[in-house]
Amino acid sequence: MTVLARAIDATRRYGDVLALDHVSLDLRAGELVGLLGPNGAGKSTLINLFAGLRRPTSGTVELFGGSPLDPVRRRGIGVTPQETGLPESLRVGEITDFVSAHFPDRVGTPELLARFGLGDLARRQVGGLSGGQRRRLAVALAFAGRPRLVFLDEPTTGLDVEARRALWDGIRSFHEEGGTVLLTSHYLEEIEALAERVLVVGSGRVLADDTVGAVRGMVGTRRVSLVADRLPELPGVLAAERAGDRFDLVVSDPDRLVVALVRSGAPFSGLEIRPATLEEAFLALTAEPAAHA
Amino acid sequence: MPSPAPAPNRSARTHLAPAPAPAPAPKETSMPSLVLAHTRYLLIEQIRVPIAILASAFFPAISMVAFVVPFAGRDPVAATTATGSLMFFGAMSAALIGLGNSVAQERELPWNPYLRTLPAGPLPRFAGRILATLAVMLISVIPVLVVAALFTEAAITPARLLLGFGALVAGVVPFMLMGLFVGFRLASKAAMAVSQLLFFPMAILGGLLLPPQVLPRFVQDVSSYVPTRGAAELIWWAIADARPSALSLVMLAVWTAAMAAAAAWAYRRDEGRRFS
Repeated sequence: MTVLARAIDATRRYGDVLALDHVSLDLRAGELVGLLGPNGAGKSTLINLFAGLRRPTSGTVELFGGSPLDPVRRRGIGVTPQETGLPESLRVGEITDFVSAHFPDRVGTPELLARFGLGDLARRQVGGLSGGQRRRLAVALAFAGRPRLVFLDEPTTGLDVEARRALWDGIRSFHEEGGTVLLTSHYLEEIEALAERVLVVGSGRVLADDTVGAVRGMVGTRRVSLVADRLPELPGVLAAERAGDRFDLVVSDPDRLVVALVRSGAPFSGLEIRPATLEEAFLALTAEPAAHA
Repeated sequence: MPSPAPAPNRSARTHLAPAPAPAPAPKETSMPSLVLAHTRYLLIEQIRVPIAILASAFFPAISMVAFVVPFAGRDPVAATTATGSLMFFGAMSAALIGLGNSVAQERELPWNPYLRTLPAGPLPRFAGRILATLAVMLISVIPVLVVAALFTEAAITPARLLLGFGALVAGVVPFMLMGLFVGFRLASKAAMAVSQLLFFPMAILGGLLLPPQVLPRFVQDVSSYVPTRGAAELIWWAIADARPSALSLVMLAVWTAAMAAAAAWAYRRDEGRRFS
């Protein structure tokens, strides 16, 4: 598959702070990649390198086979501005026209605003928008120039559930049409719902780079849930919780546990075995370096 | 992964992704159209919050009414040169204070790094800023011109008026560069204070508010060395054929070159600090 953006052994320092530490990764055409990491892990630095805002201290960053610092390469990307910085006195339509003017192939202001539910607000000044409307405008601007690759930094922060679902649909349809997405979010649910591939970064390094399922599985635990009056002694239970007559167990080896449960002869029903959530995997992955320190 | 609920408007969905080949002929993003887009955006901002325009236009117009009309209004030459001086006063305010503040404020907003992710180099931005400042400057000198035409004996031929505007634009260049220097170098609150601190003494020393001949001796001694004096003499030359002193014009050129170097240094330093 075509590689749209690539980091090769990219390191970025800010003075004494090491923001990215020898990171290598490819973003391939048609991928929907979730970028996860605690604050200060290097997510923004990585996006800034791909968007041409920063140069790597060492190593290489490529965009469409060239340098992200070359404006012509940046015609193929879309970036979300921080909605707090949108020029207050401009109208929604004017700001969209202005951003669109930079791209040879434009969606067009009326169509773009309609797509993001902002059609009625074209003549409204940005200063008069609600937080959610600003957020939607910021995300819409990333798509103004029909990008091949978009960087969506926290696209749904501050949106209500309905607006978030609508935006997810928009991101999915862009992806289905062949667009490539790099998405950061505080909501792991969002990454789980949208992304196919997950990059977990921590302390400037890529800690995991795999499918959502594989990253979930990395922590090696499962959730076992069942209904019973009481439970016998069971092997490999890391944590247990009881709500009414339903038990929730975090276990290391669900197969062994189920065998032991059946052998014990204790009556039970409603057995469910689920993989760990992405959130559990994320916490386990990013906690590791701290534990060693 | 939960299967997504089908979007209700799936059939009416518009396409955000790049159009599949054969693509429609792309609209070109020519440099002039980009410069125009940036100029328009900056002008809209200035006009919607017209404090800078009003500030640049108000004080010189009031000065015209309060001082020039009663004391020099009947003398065609004095009224004409005073009109030129006060127009330059307004233009200089737009260039130095206006540009300094807007550059300093913009640097503090996250919108600024976002603009750098758009596919354009620094030129459209920079040209747009200069053009928008020139436009604001030309708007802000109109009230002085109107007062002069209606209430004084100031007289000028169309050719000399045009020449005067040319001199105004040439004379304001070092102050634009000074504004850029202040804006790139200082935080917005400091830029506001410093640009005003630079502005008033230079305006007075250069003879914009009172003709140089009536200034105290020690002020006359330094007057030729401030850029306002050279700019004013250039304008008086254009509109009233008052022969300028070589020293003032040379100093204007020296200031322009020095300010260009300072602005370029401040710009590069700021870029290096924030985007390298």
